[in-house]
Amino acid sequence: EISSHSRFDPCHLNGSHDGILCFSSKCDLDFVCVSTRGYIYRPVCFLVSAMAEERRQKHCSVVLPTESMKAMAESVGVGQLQEDSCVALSEEVSYRIKEIAQDALKFMHHGKRRKLTTSDIDNALKLKNVEPLYGFQSQEFIPFRFASGGGRELHFYEEKEVDLSDIINTPLPRVPLDVSLKAHWLSIEGMQPAIPENPPPATKEQQKAESTEPLKVVKPGQEEEGTIQGKSQGTTTPDGKGKEKGLIRLKPRSTHELSVEQQLYYKEITEACVGSCEAKRAEALQSIATDPGLYQMLPRFSTFISEGVRVNVVQNNLALLIYLMRMVKALMDNPTLYLEKYLHELIPAVVTCIVSKQLCLRPDVDNHWALRDFAARLMAQSCKTFSTTTNNIQSRITKTFTKSWLDDKTQWTTRYGCIAGLAELGSDVIKTLIIPRLAVEGARIKAVMEGPVVSNIDKIGAEHVQSLLLKHCASVIAKLRPQPDNVDQYRTDYGYLGPMLCSHVMKARTQAALQAQQVNRTTLTITQPRPTLSVSQSGLSGSSGPRTPSIIKVPSSLTLMSPRPGTPSQPSPPATKYIVMATSAGAASTQQVILFFTTTPGNLSSQSASPVTSTVPSATSTLQPLVKLESGSGAGLTASRPLQKYIVVSLPSSASSSLETKSSVLPTSISSSSLDGGMKLERSESPGASTQSPH
Amino acid sequence: DMSLAKQSTDYFVTLYTKQPSADGFGNNNANDGRVLSASPGSSSSTGSNKQTAAVTPEDQQTLLAVLQFLKKNKLSESVEILRREAGLPENSLDPKANESAGAGSGGAAGIVDLEGGDASSLLSRVTGSSSAGAQAPTKGTVQSGCSAVAEDQPDVSVVLSAYSQQGDPTLYKVYYRDLKKFIETVLDCHRAELSQVFYPLFVHMYLELVYNNHESEAKAFFEKFSGDQECYYEEDLRILSGLTKKEHMRGNETLLDFRTSKFVLRISRDSYQLLKRHLQERQNNQIWNIIQEHLYIDIFDGMPRSKSQIDAMSGSLAGEAKREANKTKVYYGLLKEPEIELPLDDEDEEAENEEGKPKKKKPKKDSVGSKSKKQDPNAPSQNRIPLPELKDSDKLDKIMYMKEATKRIRLGPDNLPSVCFYTFLNAYQGLTAVDLTDDSSLIAGGFADSTVRVWSVTPKKLRKVKSAADLNLIDKESDDVLERIMDEKTASESKIMYGHSGPVYGISFSPDRNYLLSSSEDGTVRLWSLLTFTCLVAYKGHNYPVWDTQFSPYGYYFVSGGHDRVARLWATDHYQPLRIFSGHLADITCTRFHPNSNYVATGSSDRTIRLWDVLSGNCVRIFTGHKGPIHSLAFSPNGKFLASGATDGRVLLWDIGHGLMVGELKGHTDTIYSLRFSRDGEILASGSMDNTVRLWDAMKAFDDLETDDFTAATGHIHLQDNSQELLLGTYTTKSTPVIHLHFTRRNLLLAAGAFNP
Repeated sequence: EISSHSRFDPCHLNGSHDGILCFSSKCDLDFVCVSTRGYIYRPVCFLVSAMAEERRQKHCSVVLPTESMKAMAESVGVGQLQEDSCVALSEEVSYRIKEIAQDALKFMHHGKRRKLTTSDIDNALKLKNVEPLYGFQSQEFIPFRFASGGGRELHFYEEKEVDLSDIINTPLPRVPLDVSLKAHWLSIEGMQPAIPENPPPATKEQQKAESTEPLKVVKPGQEEEGTIQGKSQGTTTPDGKGKEKGLIRLKPRSTHELSVEQQLYYKEITEACVGSCEAKRAEALQSIATDPGLYQMLPRFSTFISEGVRVNVVQNNLALLIYLMRMVKALMDNPTLYLEKYLHELIPAVVTCIVSKQLCLRPDVDNHWALRDFAARLMAQSCKTFSTTTNNIQSRITKTFTKSWLDDKTQWTTRYGCIAGLAELGSDVIKTLIIPRLAVEGARIKAVMEGPVVSNIDKIGAEHVQSLLLKHCASVIAKLRPQPDNVDQYRTDYGYLGPMLCSHVMKARTQAALQAQQVNRTTLTITQPRPTLSVSQSGLSGSSGPRTPSIIKVPSSLTLMSPRPGTPSQPSPPATKYIVMATSAGAASTQQVILFFTTTPGNLSSQSASPVTSTVPSATSTLQPLVKLESGSGAGLTASRPLQKYIVVSLPSSASSSLETKSSVLPTSISSSSLDGGMKLERSESPGASTQSPH
Repeated sequence: DMSLAKQSTDYFVTLYTKQPSADGFGNNNANDGRVLSASPGSSSSTGSNKQTAAVTPEDQQTLLAVLQFLKKNKLSESVEILRREAGLPENSLDPKANESAGAGSGGAAGIVDLEGGDASSLLSRVTGSSSAGAQAPTKGTVQSGCSAVAEDQPDVSVVLSAYSQQGDPTLYKVYYRDLKKFIETVLDCHRAELSQVFYPLFVHMYLELVYNNHESEAKAFFEKFSGDQECYYEEDLRILSGLTKKEHMRGNETLLDFRTSKFVLRISRDSYQLLKRHLQERQNNQIWNIIQEHLYIDIFDGMPRSKSQIDAMSGSLAGEAKREANKTKVYYGLLKEPEIELPLDDEDEEAENEEGKPKKKKPKKDSVGSKSKKQDPNAPSQNRIPLPELKDSDKLDKIMYMKEATKRIRLGPDNLPSVCFYTFLNAYQGLTAVDLTDDSSLIAGGFADSTVRVWSVTPKKLRKVKSAADLNLIDKESDDVLERIMDEKTASESKIMYGHSGPVYGISFSPDRNYLLSSSEDGTVRLWSLLTFTCLVAYKGHNYPVWDTQFSPYGYYFVSGGHDRVARLWATDHYQPLRIFSGHLADITCTRFHPNSNYVATGSSDRTIRLWDVLSGNCVRIFTGHKGPIHSLAFSPNGKFLASGATDGRVLLWDIGHGLMVGELKGHTDTIYSLRFSRDGEILASGSMDNTVRLWDAMKAFDDLETDDFTAATGHIHLQDNSQELLLGTYTTKSTPVIHLHFTRRNLLLAAGAFNP
């Protein structure tokens, strides 16, 4: 598509509705007009990256390669472009595009973004009086594709032909969430509260530094940076005071005094974790896995787990052991916790769940094997994350497992646990420790399976050990042994288990081949990820249509979610009533209020509601805060859970204020529906509370 | 053609400027600055051999070009005026220019006085209740150029033709190296000062090479010497590096700016003599010519400045500010508050005093003689510019304000404010502007999708006024008529307002909370009613994106600034601007009213801040020192100081009265989008793209000042690096850039930003 223009304005990119760019050139054609719809972004992308490159290599001017010009010309049907016209074109285009990119950056800055978007480029084109290019509305990134072949590399924008009927038949996508406003305390009188909305108060590094350098004297100045939580959570422990004075502590105290709110939280969480309600447990575990402020409670949780395992192994309470292991997993999942300090309690508990002789009341029926597997995986995970050359966790664990496995008197259950524990540690361990013992173990299994029936339990144990060995060893052997797989050869090498192993190995091989094929096929077409909506939808089902923005008002007093579980022995708890008085341990002007956070759609961090304790400043220090947890009967939701719980924070009204006492119900539909029990939340604000609001 | 529009606007600015000066032509393409060959100052202090005669023919050429252009656009009236004016420069230019320099007008401002009448009379008429004859005859021709067809641009070529005189292109390198060698060998005390010459020389030499089609020489020159330049010029160098052909130079705004404005250097007399002698000895005319024509050297007597002193002040697109530019008296004091009867009289008085003058002896004295508060000697007279009268509702609000003020928390290093953060969720990177009302009851957001949204952050919901038919049914005599006119059915927590056709970059509530202003990429500023939630006016004037807008603290007036490099002062009931503040060399990125409403500060991409007098339209202060586009400004509550934040992550503090930089706060690692002083001015809060809110000890920063006579006279500053001592707190959000900050009346800090997943 070449046309010569009678006039050419060199000052501007001359644009028509189709994004036509004019370039002056020195070739025979006075003016070449290349229709470049869809092409402008490519050079821009190229140049933007080139300019980033430029930053490094000191301003050497980057110019589009002439091949690019040729390729563009070809794409619009211009076959033979002379070399010097290409050079002239590329220089001109590069300059104009740089100009546009520089203007586009302006729009990015004013848009308060770090990412340049297509709309910035559109706006920059508009500044230059050029019609913007329509149809490139990708917010996140430009889906360019890459292809190579015949020694040429090509980036292209894929414009698929769309079948209208497809569009009509596909269901409408979910309406994107509307903009909403959410308030939280970024800082309270100079201290940043540890709530999910804020970054974790003590990063792992800080926690580590504290635990590894316990004798380090912390200066008051540093305290503000690092160990805020001690203060902000209202516990001025003797610990903290010692630090402030710069006294050298001989031994760090492993536990911290917890504030009343933290104690309450601890109680709620632990009860939910071992309680009977699965939904609550999920919430509680989610809270453990995500909340940034749990660092202070970690020693408590650790002790809770280790004691819990000790007691419940004796009582053979399989369910509780499983719950406790899930707690361990949640703790390990929490990215803000530095667990190293507590491994001495956690690892024995986990190992117990792997190798204990008996974990349940009826070993022949109950699936305690799953618990062993799960715990073994936890063990492997902690080996991976925590094992260092100084603590040698992995080698110590391996030794422990091997030793009891080698013992002839070891029971099948323990045997199973040892093997599982070892197998989870990876293929190297399987290769060096398990495979050499396959023959011996096979003989032992054979003795049980084919010998006289001793006990049903032994037989089940042997069966499980056998399938465990087959499962883990097959894939490793598949990689170790060359093909073909000969049954007799396997029998001589691995004894009783040989033939079964052989068939498993063959299965593993075919599976691996299949996977490889699939991988090969996918490499043929290189696809880039499509933009995904990073929208976390609320747990509400059946809510369609535009959702209204929900404002949670200034977090003056509290938001609440309280999963209080019924204990297993008490399926329906009696109407309990707590009245919690916050201790004014901290500064007199600081009130302690429980902040329970319900989540709004698209919440900052977590889907789940997560209670965290914090303090709230109050203008008047004379007010005594009153945190009251009440449970009473509300509108019955389900028969099993007739009780609704109200948590009320009330503060005595002060005479100086003339505002009315307000009581408003927070929008808790989301959290309450996701909670199986359905909590209702009520907030009552007295004038005292309202003085904390920012207006 | 929009660029023409800009030019034609500039013509008018020029034409109506009573005191033309070099700066006034800053972005006037037609005048390359040599129209006024003896531009203010250059002749006054240097005594350099300015060749006035040699330039005259080119002046005429320029004038002819302008006349030609005007004729073409049928602006006969303007042609006449220009003709008349054209006689003046030749006759009386030199003495006049010198006078104006002496008066220190700095004269960067063009006043667009639409009827050519007295500026103040216009203003007073504007505020007159009837506003009858205030209708300025439609000099919409100011903008009419935008429809003009793009023709040849003689002006541009005139500008560029200055480069046509050339030496041997191969010698440029030698010249430059020669000078470099010389400067490297001079005494240490002079080296730093003379090194300032490098950058402007480098740019001009490079441009000359490019202009004369010595492409390869230009490239070689650039590669050889670009590495020597100060790192803060990197952005400009990058733009320059892309420019390799003569054709590129046309229509390149950055370039034209550089060409048309003289780069200002401050050099001590000794250093200057050294340089001059060297160049004359070497017969280095090439460089001498550039220095003569394109640089403005502000010579001072006294000790040469140190490297750090120079670095603190340099960095802007056109060098430092001339000392003369900052000499005008600025009435930075606060206006006297109207006396309102209050039940809690004494307490409030006290609170107010604390706010006004938190320092030294004054408060005692004032609190004794409570009623007859003296007028601040630095304050402008109460009616210097006409301000709207207080309505009953305003008085009620004032009373509320004073009541709140009594409950205000005294902040300080030991008593930091709490920060409440408003996070915009699901904004999909689209939040571009935020504002809060003074009483913190409403929050508004401007979005990239052209919408403006308002939220109520109190339990009180937003309601519209009832329809006209329903309003008729209301008993107008009842006491609660204001309540009755509201339509309960429309109550909601937020309202969306549609109208703009581009991203909304600036947003501002009126002090009485009845209106909201928004400025957008589409070139308009819109006024919205917060009673009906509809658009009332679209103010057109900026043809390019309007980056910021703000209401005057007394309402009625507002200021806007944008890509077209001019700031405009408007009154809500006029569809045309009352003042046009022109002088910046690049986009105006932020605008802010002085607390006394008599001045307007603008920050720009040219890395300068200018303070404009609303009354005269003159530029009264130019602050240089930032190394990146300025994105936030804040006046201290007592009106004495200004804080500015830029993309370079630094906050600079300025003393308005003395026109000096008085502090530098380092700590942020990315653009600072928001600055705010606490209500009593003790704490400065800054919010940045680096996801932090930082609090600074403003009291300490200003108390430690040594504004003795010497520094004030020479404009030298010596900043101590005490950012760490002044930093009181850093609060990091998870992933939310902080784009707005606001202190409530009780000194709680509110911050806002959009979560950026």
